[in-house]
Amino acid sequence: MIIPTKKEKGAEVSRRDFLKSGAALATVTLAPGVTLMAFGGKAQADGLKPGARWGLLIDAGKCPEDCSACVSACSQEHGWEDNGLDTDPQWIRKVTLKETATGRENSLPVMCQHCESPPCVDVCPTGASFKREDGIVLVNRHTCIGCRYCMMACPFKARSFVHEQITDQKTTTPRGNGTVEGCNLCVHKIDRGDGTTACVEACQATGNNAMMFGDLNDPESEIAVAVATYASQELRADLGLGLGVRYQNI
Amino acid sequence: MERIVYRELKSTPKVWGLMALCAAFVGAAGLSVLYIEHHGHIVTGMNNQIVWGLPHVFAIFLIVAASGALNVSSIGSVFGKMAYKPVARLSNVLAVSLLAGGLAVLVLDLGRPDRLVLAMYTYNFTSIFAWNILLYTGFMAVVAVYLYTLMARGVPAKALKAASLLAFVWRLALTTGTGSIFGWLVARQAYDAAIMAPLFIAMSFAFGMAMFMLVMILTTSITSRVYSPELRTRQARLLGVFVAVVMYFTLVQHLSAIYVAEHTGVERFILLEGGIYTRLFWVGQILLGGIIPMILLFHPKIDTQKIYVLLGALLVVLGGMVQLYVIIVGGQAYPLEIFPGFEVSSSFSDGVINSYTPTYLELMLGLGGVALALMIAGLAMKFLRIVPDNLSDDNVDPAVLAD
Amino acid sequence: MKRLLVSVLMIAALLGAPVLAEGLLPNIPKAIGEPHPEGNEYWRINHPALLSHDRDMTVIDGVRNTDASLAECVSCHAVKGPDAAPVTVESDQHFCRACHDYAAVKIDCFQCHNSVPEVADQAMLLPYRENPVAELRAYLEGVSQ
Repeated sequence: MIIPTKKEKGAEVSRRDFLKSGAALATVTLAPGVTLMAFGGKAQADGLKPGARWGLLIDAGKCPEDCSACVSACSQEHGWEDNGLDTDPQWIRKVTLKETATGRENSLPVMCQHCESPPCVDVCPTGASFKREDGIVLVNRHTCIGCRYCMMACPFKARSFVHEQITDQKTTTPRGNGTVEGCNLCVHKIDRGDGTTACVEACQATGNNAMMFGDLNDPESEIAVAVATYASQELRADLGLGLGVRYQNI
Repeated sequence: MERIVYRELKSTPKVWGLMALCAAFVGAAGLSVLYIEHHGHIVTGMNNQIVWGLPHVFAIFLIVAASGALNVSSIGSVFGKMAYKPVARLSNVLAVSLLAGGLAVLVLDLGRPDRLVLAMYTYNFTSIFAWNILLYTGFMAVVAVYLYTLMARGVPAKALKAASLLAFVWRLALTTGTGSIFGWLVARQAYDAAIMAPLFIAMSFAFGMAMFMLVMILTTSITSRVYSPELRTRQARLLGVFVAVVMYFTLVQHLSAIYVAEHTGVERFILLEGGIYTRLFWVGQILLGGIIPMILLFHPKIDTQKIYVLLGALLVVLGGMVQLYVIIVGGQAYPLEIFPGFEVSSSFSDGVINSYTPTYLELMLGLGGVALALMIAGLAMKFLRIVPDNLSDDNVDPAVLAD
Repeated sequence: MKRLLVSVLMIAALLGAPVLAEGLLPNIPKAIGEPHPEGNEYWRINHPALLSHDRDMTVIDGVRNTDASLAECVSCHAVKGPDAAPVTVESDQHFCRACHDYAAVKIDCFQCHNSVPEVADQAMLLPYRENPVAELRAYLEGVSQ
């Protein structure tokens, strides 16, 4: 059931307003002076959650080697495909590890680590690679000139370059030839209040529950409690980049 | 000793033939850029593991050589060596044209070259790349002013001195910036070294001098002008010294990296187990780009054997390109160390040596940049009084004739 | 001289006749949704600036409820092709191309953005609601107390 806006004279709803009512609009005007707040879910005002630092906690111990649900989910959500070519993008990938000294094997997903001091942001000549106030590191593709310096600079090989013309993009993830892209922590899902990312959702759906998403700056969030209680580490902690993605049981 | 006379190049078939050849290469580069822009970079050999390839090798070579080419006029104006003063104008012109050629290649390889104008007004000042763009364009302006002080009448000596000093300092800043593009990257094992900036400065001295001498030899032979053997010998010896300095910095770079346990992996790769990169390093960079040129350039008979100079300079240029290839592509071929102490594998080429096969498109683009540089220099020499007409031994430096 | 001039003008008229027959202005397809409250003229003149401004708001500040959201433009201004599916920017029937081809101003929005509304994904724009009617009734009852 759709609530018409103030502008409507009759009960007729235009496509525009149908979309407007859904697309992250938190308030809808019923009649002059009466406002319906977004009911159910998080009442998220448009814009960033103030003081947030979104992050992930990944338990490599719970991650089976043969599962790549997170990769498939990300690929589905954002419309990229890895068909094995060296030029294919890969926003998230499963990495298989074998400790050289002991022979112990492990596997875990690696994606953009959403650093506090991202090298990719430092080196981008136009400032297209930037960090949002809530900690998400993104490429502003409007400004990206495709120089690939951020790809040289990233210690985690998080970024991919789009090597060919693209059609039929997902509306929520525009992507095109000649620009650089990478995991954006599902900004569109966060901004509309979903409270999770596609990879975490998929991981939970498989029952492995190896991935957790949340606000690291909110002391009461599940993720903040988890990292404060159990040991977790950053990849390449020696670089001192302050990562937003933490791992357990590597 | 006569006064040095600068004269425009005459329109001979040889000159125009060379221009036409350069134009053909530039045209081919233009076509390849249109092709790459339309189809996307998938048609090149570059991919998500090797993101900078052959075009960048050419571009960085030209940019580094550009700042070094200015050296010749700096030696004359800043350090007061009389023998180099007659070729100062050519040195300035060559500096600007080589930089233009290098920038053209760099800019045309961008994923979105149509957004270049945007790059000129949206700056991220923490990026050494952004600073480099300012340094490059500023360099062109400074060198243009310097050239004016060299060529115009009635310019006070102080103005010339100031312009030449500014240009010299600027060119050092520019090359430091270019080296820092690599030196300031923590991500890759082969970079992340403070020595990159001084190494690039040393390379600029060598490559710039070599390119200058090659252009000088080419121009004087086509136009039947004299290239003073005395000056040529001095420059050749100096080039030999520059090559030695490059070898020194390369030695320090690799020795330091070998010593640090963290970097032994990448050093083992480059120096021993890297296949093509190891061969390129030892044969291309060290032997052909270092040892043999030094033997040739320090040869006692070099004042009479012009061929040693030509060969020496050519090998320095070749060795320089190989050195940059090993740095740029070899540095990317070695995998990132995301999990120290672990062997890794993934669907995104983690833990494996990355391979790169340059395509003809990239080669055409790179060569087009060189051709563009030569064309711009050639046009300047054709229409402006840049090249000395009577650069014989008698007219080079009276102090030399004394001994 | 006069004969030359007359013949040149006649040829120009003949060549130009098809253009004149269609009209001198581009043939802009009608949109699906409600008209813009500010008027079409305002949007015609200001859409580049509005799009540029609002895209920065969305990308950098995370504000997605903007006046100039490209996804909304595309969905309202979708033009149905012969197979009743919206035409992409490849076809010169596309809404944006109607004017931009005429004005010969190249746009590169659709290098990255989808030029047709994604039907399957429209449901994705709405967060899922279990029982919206019951929730609304509960709210209104709460308000009335």
